Amino acid sequence: MGMRKVAVVGAGMTKFVRRAQETGKELSWEAVRMALDSCEMTIDDIEAVCMGTAPDAFDGLHMKAEYLSDGAGAWLKPYMRSYVGGGTGIFAPIQGWYHVASGLFDTCLVVCEEKMSSFYPHAQAAFLTIFDHTTERALKPNLLWIFALEMNRYMHTYGVRKEDIALVSVLHKRNAADHPCALLGEPDITVEDVLNSEVLAWPVQRYDVSPVSDGAVAIVLAAEHVARRITDKPVWIEGVGWCLDTAYWTNRDLCYPRYVEVAARMAYEMAGITEPRKQIDIAEPYDPFDYKALHHLEGLQLADRGQAVQLYIDGTAARTGNMPVCPSGGLLGVGNPIAAAGLMKIAELFWQLRGEAGARQVPGNPRRGVAQAWGDLMQVGTVVVMGR
Amino acid sequence: MSKQIKDFRGTPLRESDFQEGKVLYVHDALRGEYAWDTGIAIGHYLAGLKKGVILGARCDHCRKIVVPPRTVCEWCFRPLTEYVPLQDTGTVNTFSICYVTWDVKRIEKPEIPAVIEIDGASPGHGILHKLGDVNPEEVTIGMRVQAVWKPAEEREGAITDILYWRPLKEVKKR
Amino acid sequence: MSERVAIVGVGWAGFRPSTPYQSYKELMYEAAVRAYADAGVDPRRDIETFVTVSEDFHEGTSIFDEYTPDQLGGALKPVHTIGGDGLHGLATGYMLVRTGRFSLVTVEAHSKASNILTLPYITAYAQDPVLNRPLRLNPEYIAGLEMHRYLYETDTTPEQCAAVVVKNKRNALLNPLASFAADLTLDEVLNGPPVAWPLGRHEVAPLADGAVVMVLASEEKARLLTDKPVWIRGIGWCNGPASLESRDWADAPHIREAARLAYRQAGIRDPFQEIDFAEVDDTYAFKELQHLEALGICLPGEAGLLTEQGATEPDGEFPVNVSGGSLGVGHLLDGTGLARALEVVLQLRGEAGPRQLEDVEVGLVQSWRGVPTTSGVVAVLSN
Repeated sequence: MGMRKVAVVGAGMTKFVRRAQETGKELSWEAVRMALDSCEMTIDDIEAVCMGTAPDAFDGLHMKAEYLSDGAGAWLKPYMRSYVGGGTGIFAPIQGWYHVASGLFDTCLVVCEEKMSSFYPHAQAAFLTIFDHTTERALKPNLLWIFALEMNRYMHTYGVRKEDIALVSVLHKRNAADHPCALLGEPDITVEDVLNSEVLAWPVQRYDVSPVSDGAVAIVLAAEHVARRITDKPVWIEGVGWCLDTAYWTNRDLCYPRYVEVAARMAYEMAGITEPRKQIDIAEPYDPFDYKALHHLEGLQLADRGQAVQLYIDGTAARTGNMPVCPSGGLLGVGNPIAAAGLMKIAELFWQLRGEAGARQVPGNPRRGVAQAWGDLMQVGTVVVMGR
Repeated sequence: MSKQIKDFRGTPLRESDFQEGKVLYVHDALRGEYAWDTGIAIGHYLAGLKKGVILGARCDHCRKIVVPPRTVCEWCFRPLTEYVPLQDTGTVNTFSICYVTWDVKRIEKPEIPAVIEIDGASPGHGILHKLGDVNPEEVTIGMRVQAVWKPAEEREGAITDILYWRPLKEVKKR
Repeated sequence: MSERVAIVGVGWAGFRPSTPYQSYKELMYEAAVRAYADAGVDPRRDIETFVTVSEDFHEGTSIFDEYTPDQLGGALKPVHTIGGDGLHGLATGYMLVRTGRFSLVTVEAHSKASNILTLPYITAYAQDPVLNRPLRLNPEYIAGLEMHRYLYETDTTPEQCAAVVVKNKRNALLNPLASFAADLTLDEVLNGPPVAWPLGRHEVAPLADGAVVMVLASEEKARLLTDKPVWIRGIGWCNGPASLESRDWADAPHIREAARLAYRQAGIRDPFQEIDFAEVDDTYAFKELQHLEALGICLPGEAGLLTEQGATEPDGEFPVNVSGGSLGVGHLLDGTGLARALEVVLQLRGEAGPRQLEDVEVGLVQSWRGVPTTSGVVAVLSN
């Protein structure tokens, strides 16, 4: 017997803002309501709920998912929270996929919420506690360190130039200018703006980084027989993959994300993709930092190692190019409420593949897209292939 | 959506909204305190640091020496039981020059975190630490470095028993 | 899709009030090695995906899933973490096998409770930060409030709650994994110090460290690996009202709903008749009674009577917590549900030693995530 097919049938999201007046519960509820409205369903039609939200430390809330449950529409429903750090936003839809593919549920709501602004004075300080409590935390490591260390290694190994990496930030922030929920859309930003921005942790500068944000995104999943009743335009989850590399991140070469490769190959195999560069029309790689998008395009096998930047130089990555990258604006432009930012990419593919992305619409009736997120200590790859 | 939907919810606040008392909020500080058991492998590692020695662990099956030590090899799942003293010299695998602290305070004199591959461990096997006694502009990937230890009587069995790593002035062999 | 899913290997480590000789990684490793040896599998070669269960604040580490793969044999493989109880992890493994994409799955949950110096503060952070937390009450007051209302509505007596403590701690005398076995009298329990009246100190499960690992398999794989598979016949989970302001203080509707889902999958109509024994959450003594009623084993108000009459003793009609429960074994935080499931597996395999029940075929296991949550899981297992 083959696997049950699972479709995305609805999606909704809040604006991504620096600091939201709404509580996490309220943000979740707004996203859920919009997702249900978009496919003319009610919460009574939902059989199970999956929650994705990143560390409890942001909110100072223990068992955060339990607190968020009523806002997420989980009242008296099967409800579970998965997490794989920054990869959570693309993992939550995978969790929703296995809820439905298991045959236990015909519909499943997937909600990702993040309220990073609660942490005082700055959300970044919460990341101190992601480092090993005995062998690393005493050094007072900064979250920026690991990105800077990885970026430096990447640039050194493949000879990638900073002025080329800046093209990523420019494209994504410009794309985001067309996203109604974006926090940092900047239609006129230039490479010089990025290169002249404040140095945080060399080689990382201010404009290389996505902003911390508050926001929520929700999608509705349905089994094939239900999906076809709900909509004429279901978008299928064709492949899923995830992978967690060893925690000993100082024992691996950071120049290449092999965990993304393993996850991508798993998803491509399930989706029947043998030549990803030909068979994928849109890519939404995870881009919390500009070089990360390049790193991940390579892990996704959409570019050779060290060569992803060519996609930006030759225009392939542009919204009108052969393989648009982050037409949404990505995390660099739309904002980075961690788990919600990942699920935003799934919502973007949903709208793009249905031809409903408005000003952001990729031309040429795209048929298939891939979304990917990354997380933990340079460690997690999560990949979803969607197609119509 | 997203074409059809005109009204996306979400209400941004400004810093002034708080200063002017337009929004109320509750402030609370977490009180989470822990005493983590170091266990066998990391217990050995810390005891080694106290003596001024960096310990690794050998996997005979994979034929490599890893650092920090662990009780199981993550690649072959065989137990690691032999601890191996490594040298306190190494090679910079990658580094950063960081102008903000972990809690986002701007600093004038940057910190230089680095992954340092430890001599005696298998190639590519390093630890996270900081560089010092060096002009940030002169740091390069591949630079040879040496640990600067706390005085023996001040060591407490912690990663901070190594103060930082500084450039190694090696005698060139002919 | 693979309809049937079996537990083919179990392993455990710790189960002591403190485990200073092992780090959490080493505790997990010991349990994992035992589970893989039990299942006869090599994790690097055979296990296709891994599910771990943890909460960041219980570990003192954010994004704790970072530190899970190595000691389970999961490095560079599909590993993910569930923020829930161990049985949520079991449910996840069950779903993963049922998709047909995976045939061998590892599920892990653990506790290093002894390393948390400020657990009541941590638990307090699970409350609404604006409405409840500023009252600065020890979160066990919520259990006191629930117990009082439960006694009030069901006419259950404090003596009946104390009888649960006496039974479970006595059962634990036969369980080498139990740290809190005791032979107490009803009076000793009733006259113990109060925690949040009417809840007494003896009625609160003490904490323990420990790790549990299970290997789940598709039917095809299970038949190849073992002649003693334990089948997951049904598993359900549910969240009730999150806020204190909207809950039913006497009842556990989330357990009722979770049981309905599990029974529907398992085809069970009369749980008392069709199930032979149960391991039920007893974080607080009255919870065992409330949960038995929500599980449909008896009507509201009857569980206390059944306990008094000895029906839930090991030699009774419906043995409950033969292991000693959390009151006798110790509460393993996020690992509690999986520890209860471990007992059901051992009983169904006939490997429970001196506390082995006779002729058992179907066992029930239920968990609850503790105050202030209304989150629980129910699973039906059979041999």
